[in-house]
Amino acid sequence: MIIVGEKINTSRKSIREAVERQDADFIIKVAQEQAEAGANYIDVNAGTFVEQETERLCWLVETIQGALDLSLCLDSPDPNALSEAMKIHKGEPMINSISMETDRLGPLLPVVSSSPCQIIALCMGQAAMPTTVEDRVEVGSELINTLTSQGIPIENIHVDPLIQPISVDTNMGLAALGAIQKIMSGFPGVNTICGLSNISFGLPERHLINRNFLALAMSYGLSGAIMDPTDKRIMSTLLSTDMLLGRDEYCEKFIDGYQDGRVVG
Amino acid sequence: MSDFQALSEAVHKGDIKTAVAETQVAMDANANIQDILDNGLIATMDEVGDRFSKGIIFVPQMLRSAKTMQECMKLITPFFQKDGVTSKGKVLIGTVKGDLHDIGKNLVSMMMEGAGFTITDLGVDVPPEKFVQKVQEIEPDIVAMSALLSTTMPSMPLTIEALRSAGVRDKVKIMIGGAPVTDKYAQEIKADAYASDAGSAVSRAKTLMGIS
Repeated sequence: MIIVGEKINTSRKSIREAVERQDADFIIKVAQEQAEAGANYIDVNAGTFVEQETERLCWLVETIQGALDLSLCLDSPDPNALSEAMKIHKGEPMINSISMETDRLGPLLPVVSSSPCQIIALCMGQAAMPTTVEDRVEVGSELINTLTSQGIPIENIHVDPLIQPISVDTNMGLAALGAIQKIMSGFPGVNTICGLSNISFGLPERHLINRNFLALAMSYGLSGAIMDPTDKRIMSTLLSTDMLLGRDEYCEKFIDGYQDGRVVG
Repeated sequence: MSDFQALSEAVHKGDIKTAVAETQVAMDANANIQDILDNGLIATMDEVGDRFSKGIIFVPQMLRSAKTMQECMKLITPFFQKDGVTSKGKVLIGTVKGDLHDIGKNLVSMMMEGAGFTITDLGVDVPPEKFVQKVQEIEPDIVAMSALLSTTMPSMPLTIEALRSAGVRDKVKIMIGGAPVTDKYAQEIKADAYASDAGSAVSRAKTLMGIS
């Protein structure tokens, strides 16, 4: 599983305040904690700053990479913010995200195909949000074909099936799970990734729902998650599910996790 | 005033069959249509919205109650004109240009309708000129805009500017909402109100209309 640590997002009050007062130490600490807990990429999102988003996003990249040798997941719907952040990112970043929306696809395609990066391809169509499995597979396939035709290796593409709340439509869980399965089986080598919290919008005990959704999604083939790796319970779900799916030889990672206190019941 | 306890209970539960039957019972008993609407349906949906805002009930329950109310409305709406039923106000709602998110906007629409407002929903990806055109056409009391992306939030001030250029800005109250939107942003772009969820959207709308 590819884990993207989601905590450095300015929609969270503590992060927004740290970015406002340019508190590098605080940001570095949050990045470090997530990396130590198992994150492969550290997501950075400064969306709440609107006009200053690009500047703040670049500050986050420089601040974190100035102190730690980590790859970041550059998170913005704004092609300009993403391309500016990519320019200063050291090593191969993950881009979160590209979609079939014309305003996003056009400006981002040349950027993501000109330097090596991992790309999150969000199943958002041109005119509407997807509802069914078929909607998602259609947009996902279009994105994969568009990106690979630009010479981007399929292994660098991470399709996000776009998770919508189960509270509004109880078919939304299966719609995402079915899409993960079809995309993974239809495009060998491609990855799938998603955030976990949208699924539980509007419901109580959201962490419980998120954890169970992660386990289900993994069993349908999900290969990455945007989540909080410092949350021991969700990491325990991830480790135990990986083991149950036969991906943890001799149950080594699970037992190691238990022995050093990361796995909790 | 009639007693709508059974109707109210059915709307709370989201029991469409019972709620529709109770509405029919009230109508057969010659209850005033405005009375059924105000004291049966709207009063219940006010309680539903309040319970939702307080975290006592959750989105699926709120949706179910709203859907139940909509079914009851189908029975009484044909008599609105004859009985002189008045709306709490006209609301024009839409997700702004460049943005396709509709879940939050739909929740707000449903709860506003439940509170007795007349809703015109322009859908998603609504350009400023479409808001302007519809404002001129239906003369709403409130224009409600939703944006879920930092990149589409600037469509809100652009829409307000378009309404101003068309000379209709001061004829409507403007309210905004959506995950990245804040009260501070509403003040910056000179909107009249910000609402953080569907329940509070209703109370902000009532305040704007001078009813509460």
